[in-house]
Parts: sequence; C-alpha cells; structure tokens
Amino acid sequence: MEGSVAVDVAVGDAAGPVRARRRLAIRPLLKPKILIGGAIVLTLIVAGALAPWLAPFDPNAQNLDLALKPPQWLLGPHVLGTDAVGRDIFSRLFYGARVSLVIAVMVVLISGVIGVALGAISGYFAGIVDFLIQKAVEVVWAFPPLLLAIAIMAFLGQGLGNLILALVMQRWISYCRVARGQALSLRTREFVDAARALGASNTRIIVRHIVPNLFQSAVVIGTFAMASAIISEASLSFLGLGVPPEIPTWGSMLADGRTYISTSWWLALFPGLCIFFTVLGINLLGDGLRDLLDPRLKRSGTGMG
Amino acid sequence: MVGYLLRRAIGTIPVILLITLLVFLLIHAAPGDPADLLLSDQATPQDTAEARHRWGLDQPLYVQYSRFLVNVLKGDFGTSFRYSDPVITVIGERLPATIELAIVSLLIAVALGLPLGVWAGAKPNSWADNLGSFFGFFGISMPNFWFGIMLILVVAGYLNWLPSSGRSTYGIARGSETGFYIVASLLAGNFDAAWDGVKHIILPAIALGTNMMGIIMRVTRSAVLEVMHEDFVRTARAKGVAESTVLWRHVLRNALVPVITVVGLELGTLLSGSIIVETVFAWPGSGSLLISAIESRDYPLITGTVIIYTLAFVAINFMIDILYGFVDPRIRFGR
Repeated sequence: MEGSVAVDVAVGDAAGPVRARRRLAIRPLLKPKILIGGAIVLTLIVAGALAPWLAPFDPNAQNLDLALKPPQWLLGPHVLGTDAVGRDIFSRLFYGARVSLVIAVMVVLISGVIGVALGAISGYFAGIVDFLIQKAVEVVWAFPPLLLAIAIMAFLGQGLGNLILALVMQRWISYCRVARGQALSLRTREFVDAARALGASNTRIIVRHIVPNLFQSAVVIGTFAMASAIISEASLSFLGLGVPPEIPTWGSMLADGRTYISTSWWLALFPGLCIFFTVLGINLLGDGLRDLLDPRLKRSGTGMG
Repeated sequence: MVGYLLRRAIGTIPVILLITLLVFLLIHAAPGDPADLLLSDQATPQDTAEARHRWGLDQPLYVQYSRFLVNVLKGDFGTSFRYSDPVITVIGERLPATIELAIVSLLIAVALGLPLGVWAGAKPNSWADNLGSFFGFFGISMPNFWFGIMLILVVAGYLNWLPSSGRSTYGIARGSETGFYIVASLLAGNFDAAWDGVKHIILPAIALGTNMMGIIMRVTRSAVLEVMHEDFVRTARAKGVAESTVLWRHVLRNALVPVITVVGLELGTLLSGSIIVETVFAWPGSGSLLISAIESRDYPLITGTVIIYTLAFVAINFMIDILYGFVDPRIRFGR
C-alpha cells in the first residue's frame, strides 16, 4: 500500500508542473510576439483550410488571353495579377498556403514522434542503444541541412512521400537531441525509481513518466521546425525538387516568377512575401512560446535547420 | 592538446564511413538499376551488363560498398556525363567560387550580426534591442532565394547599381588560375578586376548572409545578456573600466564561445544556402553545379558533390571544435 502512495506522488511530480502552468495559461499568452505570430499563423490556417471558398478562381485554370496581367488590386478580378499562362496569382497563393501548411504540419508531427521516441529511448536506456541512436543522429547532423533533402529528392525523385521523407530526415534529430538530454536526467529522478520499484515495465515508464515531461520542449522545437520545414519545402519546390509541378506551391510559383523577373515583378513578389510572413509569424510564435515554456532552450541557439 | 585533437580526429572516422554508407544506400534506393543511373541514356543493354560487371553490381552489397568507399577515399567519383571529365576535376574548378562567396557572406553576417547582438544584449528592451531583434527575426525568417530575386529586381534591375548574375564581366581580365578572383586580382595589382569581382559578389553574398546575420545576432544577444550578470563584469565596472571596454573586451570575449559554436553549426545552413543562392545568381560555384547536375541526371556528379559538400562540412566542424578548444580550455580538459 505504501507503494501506491509513492506512485501517486510520482505521477503528480511528472505531470504536476504541466497542469499548474496550464491553469494560468491565458495571461502569459498576451505577449506581442505570441499575438502577432499567432495572428499570422491563424490567418494562414484559415486561408489554407478555406482555399476553395476564398480563392476567386480555379488555381489551375489557364487563360492565355489574360497571361501576365499586372495586379489589378481592387479594380479588377485578378487582384494580384496573372502568371505566364494566365492563372490567377491570388487564388494560387491560397492553395499554396494549403500545400505548405499540410506538408509542414505532417513533417513536424512525424519528425516529432520519431525524434521524441528515439530521444526518450536513447536517454532512458543509455548504454549501447544510446550509442547507436546517437551515431545515427551524428551522421544526419553531419550533412548540411538542405543538402541531404536535395540529395534524397535527386535520387528518389519528385513526389509528396519522398518530399516528406526528405524533410523528416533532417528534422527528427533536433527533437532527439533535446529529448535524450532530458531523458538522461529524468531517469535518475525519484518518480522513475518509484515506478520501477512498483514493477512498471520500461515501456510503461517511458510512455507514462518520461515522455509527458518532454512535451513542452518538443512543442517549442516543433514550432521552429515548422518554420524551417516551410522554407525547405519552398526551396525544394523552387529548385523543381518538390511536389509534382501541377500542384501550386509558393516555391514553384517563385521559380516561375524568376523567369519573368525583368518584365513581371508580381510573379515573384507575392509568393515570396507569403513565405516570408509565414515563417516570420511561426518564428515569432516559437520565440514567444519558448520564453514561456522552456527558457532553457534559449542557449541551444536558433531553432533553425 | 594533442590527445584532444587525436580523439576528435578518430571520432570523425565512423561518421565519415556512415555518411558514405548513407549516400551509397541512397543511390541503391533510387528507382531503377544503378547501372542505368550511372550510364548515359545512349547505353545499350550490352553496355549495361558489362558495366554491371565492371562496377561489381552483380556482387553482394557489402562488397559494392567497400569498393565505393575505397573509390571515395581515393577521390574517384567516376566521370561526369555532361562534362566528360573526372567528377573531382569538375567540382574542383567550381569550388573556389563557392568558398569565395561563403567567406564574403560570413564576413557580412558577422560584421552586421555581432555588433547588433552586442548592442541589443547590453541594453535589453531598449530601442537598440528592438532594432536588433527586428533584424534578427528578419534574418532568420527570410527565404534566401526570394531575397536574392528581390535584390536582383530592385538593386540590379530597377536601380541598376550592381550586376545581377555571374562572377565577372566578360572581357575584364581576372588573371588567376586559383579561382579566387577577388584576392588573386588584388595580389596581382589588378584593381579593376578586383572591383569587378566585388561588385558581382555583393548581392549574392547579402542574400546568402542574411540568415546567418539573423542567427549570429540572436545568439550574440542571448550570450551577452547572460555574461552581463557575471561577477567579473561587476568587478570591471567597479574598477572604473569604461563601459565600452567592459562590453567589447570583457563581455564579448566570454560571450564568443556560444557564438562560435552556433556559427560552426550554421555553416552547414550557409553551405546548403549557397546551393540555392548560386542558382538564383547564376554564380558558377559547386552549388549551382549540383543543381544543373540534378537537372541533367548526371549521377556521378551528384554523388561527388553531395559527398564533398558533406565532408567539407565535417572538416569545418572539426576545425571549429579545435578552435573552441583554444578559446575555452574548459572544453579541452573537462571531458
């Protein structure tokens, strides 16, 4: 019976700070960084989710009679102009938001799950498991970030699956490194000893006692990983190594725009502005969340890459 | 110190082995037969069969890998389809352009990011901090390829101040076999050529350096912020040392270790960034070479470039390790 008391304390120890912080959550969120960043991200989500209803035109409808029309602002139907085959830029931006967002969210979630799981296992078991996982981290870490993604796309070819693989490959390691460090110190804590004394299996200890404590850092890393995933996705699309060309993305619109840069500036300006403000918004949000949730991560640098 | 160096050097060997293994597996994971990938499109089935045998593709995977590894270590990446020269030669010719661009970008990034970070960190929440933080966020959020295109549009196109692409104006003697135009022209006393080189490098270097500038600013700011509270800073002030001396001598020197660390790590970002920025500015470096190799499916050249870029990055990190072994003796002895 003494044991069950210990477990209750242990669980409280593990989840307590998280709950306490949640209770007073609204006030600290009212920081300019979080508000501005959140507003930008929210706009992006709405724009992407409601693209079919908000976009005035079919993003792939071509009309060569209307090719390369400059922005008509509020005076004409093609608010931000048309591209070289007469597709409406404004509409394509909405669909581009959707693609960027869906890919980035998937990449962040998949790499988060893989990274946190491997990090927790690595830190908890230490020894040979830790050594192997950390070698894997070290190898991926040895590649210049975008280069590995470019290499994967170059060898495996275009496509959504390969793109997500290419982006995940680079991103799970930052979760893994931080999760491992935290798991290493958590495994010596009393509540873990208590759970083990009660006969909890390793799996149970990791899932119920270690991982919940890694969550806050993972959220912060995830925000920055999202920003870098959006930039990387746009970079790959810009190079023609992203999703297939018939899907409108900001990066591929920018690549088109580069061709017509000397005559039609609007082709390159607007998709780039979208990428910039999206990434800026996510970075602001990430910075705000980090100050709030996990100031220790500050020294680990920038969250880029 | 020697022991430290040796430990570090030995530590990189498994990493290099695993890097080559990963690239090797990637080639094998590519759809289709590697022989088809490595041969040009004109190859007959007979050629393919012969090549399979010659390259040992009919052998078990580990034999193939050890062969691949030996070739890589010898610097033999095969022959480029497009240039019909050994891959290593093709890359070697383009590498100086990339190095030159990377160095100038880094200089710009440090020259802007470091002072901004120090000013911002010394007076948190002041106007200097706000301005610095603005540049920091601007830097880390800016997609370098778009920034490059906008620089071309405005500075090269609309204002017509600087050239929009390439490394030098045709016809201006750049007089050098080393491939480092600016330094070589200066050494040769050819100031016109040097100036021409500088004019060409400014825009791509700004586009490439902006991310790094933002990163350096942010890391410097938080490092300075942290060091400002240390006892020795108070002591220096109490001794009556001028505030600017405290800041630039006492604080900055101690704040430099994290800055160097992050700069080292982010050099990888700079290297990958150069791939895309070179493409935007038609900069004839190894990054734009990689992209054109991908476009023409020149697989030996792709493989070679990827491995050389990565090994260069490993070497840079190794040097950074040594560097802060010098800057901070605690790292050298504290393990």
